[in-house]
Amino acid sequence: MAGTAVLGRLTWLVAQVTGAVDETPRVRTLLLEADGWPGHRAGQHLDVRLTAEDGYQAERSYSIASAPGEPLAITIERLEDGEVSPYLVDEARDGDTFEVRGPIGGYFVWEDDGRPVFLVGGGSGVVPLMSMIRSSSESTPIRLLYSSRTLEDVIYRQELDARAGDRVEVFHTLTREQPPGWAGYARRIDAEMLREVAWPSAEQPHVFVCGSTRFVDVAADGLVALGYEPLSIRTERFGATGG
Amino acid sequence: MADDRRLDGNAIGGMMLELFGVEMTTATEVCRTCGTADVVARLEVYMDAPGTVVRCAHCKAVLMRIVRGPDRTWLDLSGFRSIELRSPD
Amino acid sequence: MPQISRGFHGRRSEGPSDRIPPGQHLVDDFPVLSAGPTPHTPLDEWTFTIQGGAEPASWTWDEFQALPSEEITTDIHCVTKWSKLDTVWKGVSLDTLLGLVDHDAGYLLAFCDGGYTTNLPLEHVTDGKAWIAYDYDGEALEPEHGGPARLLVPHLYFWKSAKWVRGFRLQDEDEPGFWESNGYHILGDPWLEQRYWGD
Repeated sequence: MAGTAVLGRLTWLVAQVTGAVDETPRVRTLLLEADGWPGHRAGQHLDVRLTAEDGYQAERSYSIASAPGEPLAITIERLEDGEVSPYLVDEARDGDTFEVRGPIGGYFVWEDDGRPVFLVGGGSGVVPLMSMIRSSSESTPIRLLYSSRTLEDVIYRQELDARAGDRVEVFHTLTREQPPGWAGYARRIDAEMLREVAWPSAEQPHVFVCGSTRFVDVAADGLVALGYEPLSIRTERFGATGG
Repeated sequence: MADDRRLDGNAIGGMMLELFGVEMTTATEVCRTCGTADVVARLEVYMDAPGTVVRCAHCKAVLMRIVRGPDRTWLDLSGFRSIELRSPD
Repeated sequence: MPQISRGFHGRRSEGPSDRIPPGQHLVDDFPVLSAGPTPHTPLDEWTFTIQGGAEPASWTWDEFQALPSEEITTDIHCVTKWSKLDTVWKGVSLDTLLGLVDHDAGYLLAFCDGGYTTNLPLEHVTDGKAWIAYDYDGEALEPEHGGPARLLVPHLYFWKSAKWVRGFRLQDEDEPGFWESNGYHILGDPWLEQRYWGD
């Protein structure tokens, strides 16, 4: 029916690649320009649809990395058996176009109200958390606990180093390999690590956890054991397959 | 037990928005089987089967099955007792 | 007209047309599909049961292993559009199992750990068309692929080859199973592209 473009209804928009940043050997950020993009909130994701010349299509979801109000950016990790992520990481270049729709999500979304924020990210689970860090006000305290396999796999490393300070505290753990003299954590996330990094639950921070299913389960269980209300922990799990 | 195929209700946000025209991941549902109330984003979701299966995080009962054909979608919502949607502000 | 993405071809390979049904593409890996948590039933608690005959029939794991088995090399076709050629299985033919039960049913509904069901006409599972498979590629079938035992009905879409199968109910009527009751085709012949209701 004509004229029934209900508020919030999803429509595919043409997005053009306007820039790319190689974040790690397996991860790339694409800057996108999409006419009609309605804007987004920190933590939301979008769908990407690729179409081959013979009409074959593939669709995947990616978290938005940019802060609301900044040019739209998504950060993609190449999954070796993937179909869409290898294209976005290795093939797509300036001027290329594909379709996007969104923004999507209302639960894993952060509104800055000045309360402290505890962010827990595993691998590319840091992407929506980065949107939150980038959009935070100058007075909102943030702690990020970020698990990567190796130092080389740390996404946004330079920017996180540059942002780290009194207000934004960044705690890295490297689970597979650590450089000489590494002062951060060197194991998979666990309850003890959460206890050392997290604010006391009495301070009622916002909590966002994003990563693989296993990572999120461990982090959420650990936080509940520290006295966090289960409902106060916002979680988002992504799959290891599909890509 | 590692079960990496399990996602959560955030993963069906786009599909729900497409089908219903409203943001659904913040909706509250009640499981018909065990009566537990939960937010859709916190449900268990399996997306790599022939269709999408949404399960109660408490009792694991199937709440929703979604099958997408090229020109049709089949939705079985029979595992829900109710779904509460907030009206837009 | 959707926007063509330069340089995007997808991860598809075509394979021999006499073995790849319409709309399918070839894969080398073995994708895992699941609609719920993977059950891990200990073998000493596992049974296979056929209900709906004159007498219910049931086998323990050891009894089931003692039944005559066959090695099957076959192509499989998933409704999510992948096909895999020359997969090698070992298991018990449904001809063997149904031959041990006195019945006059026309259909079966397979039931599984985890609650999955799928329906099949008996004419599509007899005369060497279906097995309960417990080995894949020379090894015990992995839980993620349906172990300890799954149905194998390779001439139909693979959702019919129910993982973690624990038995059948023999019936006079074709009762739609888990997917067949919500959009997927009642039979699911890949060569006729019977994917959805009405195909």
